[in-house]
Amino acid sequence: MTNAPLGLNDVLDRTFPFPRRHFLSVLDLNPVDVAGLLDLADGFVALNRQTAKKLDLLKGRTLMNLFFENSTRTQSSFELAGKRLGADTVNMSPRASSISKGETLIDTAVTLNAMQPDILIVRHASSGAASLLAQKVTCSVINAGDGQHEHPTQALLDALSMRRAFGRIAGLRIAICGDVLHSRVARSNVGLLQMMGAEVRLVGPPTLMPAQAERWGVPIFHDLRDGISGCDVVMMLRLQLERMDGVMAPSQREYFRFWGLDREKLAYAAPHVRVMHPGPMNRGVEIDSDVADDPVVSLIQDQVEMGVAARMAVLAALANRLELS
Amino acid sequence: MTRPLAFVNARLVDPHSGWDGPGALLVKDGVIAGIVKGGEPGAISDDFEVMDARGAMLAPGLVDLRVKTGEPGAETKETLKSAALAAAAGGVTSIVVQPDTAPVIDEASVVDFILRRTRDIELVHVYPAGAATKGCLGERMAEIGLMAEAGCVYVTDADRPIVNSKVLRRVLAYAASFGVLVAHRPADPWLAAGAAATEGEFAGRMGLPSVPPIAEKIMLDRDLALVELTGARLLVDQVTTACALESLERGRARGLPVMATTSINHLSFNEIDIGDYRTFVKFDPPVRGEDDRQATIEALASGLIDIVVSAHAPAPAEDKRLPYDEAAPGAVGLQTLLPALLAFYHDGRIPLINLMAAVTSRPADLIGLPAGRLTVGAPADLVLCDLNAPLVVDLDALKSKSRNSPFDGRRLQGQVQMTLVDGRVVYQA
Repeated sequence: MTNAPLGLNDVLDRTFPFPRRHFLSVLDLNPVDVAGLLDLADGFVALNRQTAKKLDLLKGRTLMNLFFENSTRTQSSFELAGKRLGADTVNMSPRASSISKGETLIDTAVTLNAMQPDILIVRHASSGAASLLAQKVTCSVINAGDGQHEHPTQALLDALSMRRAFGRIAGLRIAICGDVLHSRVARSNVGLLQMMGAEVRLVGPPTLMPAQAERWGVPIFHDLRDGISGCDVVMMLRLQLERMDGVMAPSQREYFRFWGLDREKLAYAAPHVRVMHPGPMNRGVEIDSDVADDPVVSLIQDQVEMGVAARMAVLAALANRLELS
Repeated sequence: MTRPLAFVNARLVDPHSGWDGPGALLVKDGVIAGIVKGGEPGAISDDFEVMDARGAMLAPGLVDLRVKTGEPGAETKETLKSAALAAAAGGVTSIVVQPDTAPVIDEASVVDFILRRTRDIELVHVYPAGAATKGCLGERMAEIGLMAEAGCVYVTDADRPIVNSKVLRRVLAYAASFGVLVAHRPADPWLAAGAAATEGEFAGRMGLPSVPPIAEKIMLDRDLALVELTGARLLVDQVTTACALESLERGRARGLPVMATTSINHLSFNEIDIGDYRTFVKFDPPVRGEDDRQATIEALASGLIDIVVSAHAPAPAEDKRLPYDEAAPGAVGLQTLLPALLAFYHDGRIPLINLMAAVTSRPADLIGLPAGRLTVGAPADLVLCDLNAPLVVDLDALKSKSRNSPFDGRRLQGQVQMTLVDGRVVYQA
């Protein structure tokens, strides 16, 4: 399925009734939903490149960003997505205020829910937090990252970046490399890319690989060169530096030596390989600047742009559902 | 004094004597006054109120060796009285409360407090377990001798393993000199640190911090070596994994004086029951995979596991309505222990009398209680249970102050109709 990017008008004709109230996990989606969301997002990419970027699809709607973990890029990406669709957006970072006063996640959410938002966007350090919230509030909930579980909009924007770069997702050979154990990005990407017919592999040291990950239906590699060999896409994951200090790996320099992506190792991938990273990057730890900044190879800036469009697509789909209910 | 009772047409199940068959039983002056095994009750004096059991099981009341309440220190979770009410409704007539309260039961005065409160409540028997080390901190021995004198039935640091091998060695040797049993939780604290689930495919997919099952075996192997060194008796506090069961079996084969419990939760649930992060299915030790659950059931059937406990651990909504890794572990279980255990009888997996032994005679014998048997002169601690009556577990019907039951909505078979403690009816359906 080779798709040329669609224009906005084509896309608005294609809005479809999203089958769910919440957007919590890629496992709730099916290939038709994903393709529909990607088509929508393609249209929003076009919109975002125009001077007049604003629509009123979400006019009158209130969007709340509830980020218990700091995140500049995801939070501003959602905020922009909401604003460009005409919603009112509010940013909350309860980490500093109410949680320290002993208020629980549920208390905070129920309080905010009483202010009648339409969509609550949640990031939290615990796996399952977004799902827990969704059970306790009346509005739609979008999972913007729950612990080590999922980050479904990231997987969607990654899929969008790949589909635009290669014209398809099915059949792509994709290596996801680095700290898979702690990565919600990896879990969402494995689920979504497999669903869309890609051939996914995981690469990293055994200390950063989840137990029995081979039962996810993906081959596991501990050698980066073997792992990315012949791959169309190499997706590097972010490392938490404190885990590199003899905890999960002996040191940053040892990690870079064996699992950091540089030119030399990248040569084992397919000639047309594209490199991705969910950001923010630790340059010189998991990825060499030389690779990260090469516009021919790197899709990293595209990913940021696609992030806004993909989130607009999710918001538009959920809003469409809100209209119906 | 209550009127003497005569139960007729009962299915008497007495693991102590090995009798499972029809019979009648007389209760007078708080003790079992007579037992007739077989179909014909014979002549019963007019003094007795005759109860027709209609074929229901009449068995010794259950003895639950591992119960937590919130008293003293966290009475909003559970009081001794609310736990006793739950026990009575579940056919449990003796409970042993864990020492990790606030203050910790690590000296005779707190042991005495529990016993006095229990006398005032006058429902089921409540026995305290004392702390093995001061504050359950695993550093310095608690006053084991004085607590035993005051009435504690065994010593344990409850959920906390005693990491320092020298400390556990001394506790085992010292307690043995008083004839006091030591219970110990086998869990390698470093592997288990921060874990909410058992390592494996499921926990990996769900992104839950997890502990490999081998953490249980590693600590158990050390404990067994210390038992061999000291010659002291050890009660292994909840074996839940196939690999630890292998170690236990080897220890038994070598003749080590080791007994083991498991919890009804680990017999009844596996990790898939966590589903969409259901915190009621969060236990300590964590819920295991299906292979481990099956191995645990097999070990109960074979007698390798001696005792089943409810691991009753009340946690109020505010401790459970949290993300899975932040939620408190534990489940209430006093009221569901018997019907949940009966599932293995109804499945044809384990004979009824063997199941009942694991919750009556064996735990009673282990801590030296006169209860747990249908013997003339034994205390009339009894449960009358309609084995076949269907039951849907309803949280609102639980007597505990906390209602964190993973059995919520589960269909079980076996309803407690009456519970007696020292001949007094403490529960009647």
